[in-house]
Amino acid sequence: MTNVNLIKKAIEWGTEKSPWIIHFNAGACNGCDIETIDSLTPRYDLERVGILKQGSPRHADILVCTGAVTLQTRDRLIQIYEQMSDPKFVIAIGTCACTGGIFEDCYCVTGGIDSVIPVDVYVPGCAVRPEAIISAVDKLLEKLKNAEKDENQQKNAEKIEEKTETAKNGEETAEQKEEPKNDA
Amino acid sequence: MHSDNRITIPIGPQHPSLDEPGRFDITLEGEKVVNAVIGVGYNHRGLEKTCESKTYVQNLYIIERVCGICSHAHGTAFCMAIEQLAGVTIPKRAEYIRAVVAELERLHSHLLWLGVACHEIGFDTMFMYTWRNREKVLDILADLGGNRVNYGVNTIGGVRRDIDADMVETIRKALDALEEETKHYVEIAYTETTLISRLKGVGVLSHEDAIRYGAVGPVARAAGIAHDVRVDEPYGAYKEIPVKVITDTHADVYGRTVVRILEMQESINIIRFCLDNLPDGPLSVRVPRRIPAGETIIRVEAPRGENIHYLRSNGSDIPDRVRVRAPTEANWHGMKHMLEGGYLADVPITIAAIDPCYSCTDRAIVVKSGAKTDCYDWRGLRQYGIDWYKKRGIDVTALKV
Ligand code: SF4
Repeated sequence: MTNVNLIKKAIEWGTEKSPWIIHFNAGACNGCDIETIDSLTPRYDLERVGILKQGSPRHADILVCTGAVTLQTRDRLIQIYEQMSDPKFVIAIGTCACTGGIFEDCYCVTGGIDSVIPVDVYVPGCAVRPEAIISAVDKLLEKLKNAEKDENQQKNAEKIEEKTETAKNGEETAEQKEEPKNDA
Repeated sequence: MHSDNRITIPIGPQHPSLDEPGRFDITLEGEKVVNAVIGVGYNHRGLEKTCESKTYVQNLYIIERVCGICSHAHGTAFCMAIEQLAGVTIPKRAEYIRAVVAELERLHSHLLWLGVACHEIGFDTMFMYTWRNREKVLDILADLGGNRVNYGVNTIGGVRRDIDADMVETIRKALDALEEETKHYVEIAYTETTLISRLKGVGVLSHEDAIRYGAVGPVARAAGIAHDVRVDEPYGAYKEIPVKVITDTHADVYGRTVVRILEMQESINIIRFCLDNLPDGPLSVRVPRRIPAGETIIRVEAPRGENIHYLRSNGSDIPDRVRVRAPTEANWHGMKHMLEGGYLADVPITIAAIDPCYSCTDRAIVVKSGAKTDCYDWRGLRQYGIDWYKKRGIDVTALKV
């Protein structure tokens, strides 16, 4: 049991400190893809905060997805998402990835990324600036940390609740015990 | 080797060496590629159809998003088509600003390509260098248009943004810095032995094949075909700008690299010429919302080659038909020929060498069987064109291919 917890902790720590991303274009105009790659190159350099672009979905923690989902990429996107190992997160880059944007009316487009897979962070903009992408990754990491905190807090809260409940139950039983006495 | 030794490797649509979704089924015999099947269409969004339900002004923004890299080339072609149908002439200054932006776009696109190509052959240092320098161009474009990717400089009847004196100075400074860097690239292309031996003889498309498959842009120019719309059929400000067509005779990936690097220098010269000769005057003219009925074809030289837009109007403020033939679409045809006979390890760089743009390419063509259709081969199509012009009293047979 402790081993499992330890591994879980290690994974959480790793994801937080050095998340690996994979990039997929689901039907974008290319603008946001270029900006995504751009944020990995010297001017913005996401790599300095430990973020690395990966080729295989099986090695990645974060799916950075651009573009409105076209009918032909739809199944591929689901496949890639399923191939990623847990815990996994999705960032939708660009207005058309968020909602379908300018391509919303097109007959071959199903809509934003969230029409197919769950999305954690939305980054609107047409095209998104690299600063926004960096901020999105930052937000996601914060969310991760907070989620952990929340989990702990929740556990604590649950414990407290349990305690109070048992205490209450005790009181109740005591009261119940008292009641018949009164009646008698 | 026997045919049962063949194995087929699917590449894509998600693959480390592809930034966009495309699929390639590569059949190998040992390490040699014996068959390649190219599958595109993952990026098909149905833009042409959507354009038929929106007004011209709305369409301008959709057409810009055919491709994020050569958005200006598409925007310019579309605007020129509308202006031609409406019969308006745009101010000289607007034409020059369009040319400046087009050349800046070519610069950033070629730098981007150079980086990606170097990344494909494992030369990541160069990738980082070129992308760092690309930021200089993007800064100018962001200053000029307000956006780094889809600048939206064009408007129907002219341009939306002006280049003022300060701006001219900033551009000049950035160009000086870029020129230094480009010299460095030229030096690398001519002297770096690892780069040369890695790229020479890879993905060959000979002069004859390039003509046969109808290659355009740097792919054709690397095979010694001096084909450049800016020179062959000058439009806008290019009627006055001296453009030197860069060609090479290597006809392989190395040739394409050299052509693109030298074209960057040429682009810098063109921008300087434009800034020196920037005419005064208004930025745009008014174009009526309803465009007179008619049809037209516009050719524009995009960074990847000849970009063709067809527009048919029915007299309302909504186009009847919009058709985009992006340069990559023309270059795909030779791809199979380039891949076959090469090695598996050369596949990524060969694909990258035509600078493919999937979002540009993925237009749908419906071929209805049963209905009466006219199918032309290359020669037949040429003959049809000749006859068509002859009927209208123009003899083009004197032109050579
Ligand atoms: S949000 Fe805009 S720039 Fe980004 S991929 Fe979509 S259309 Fe292109």
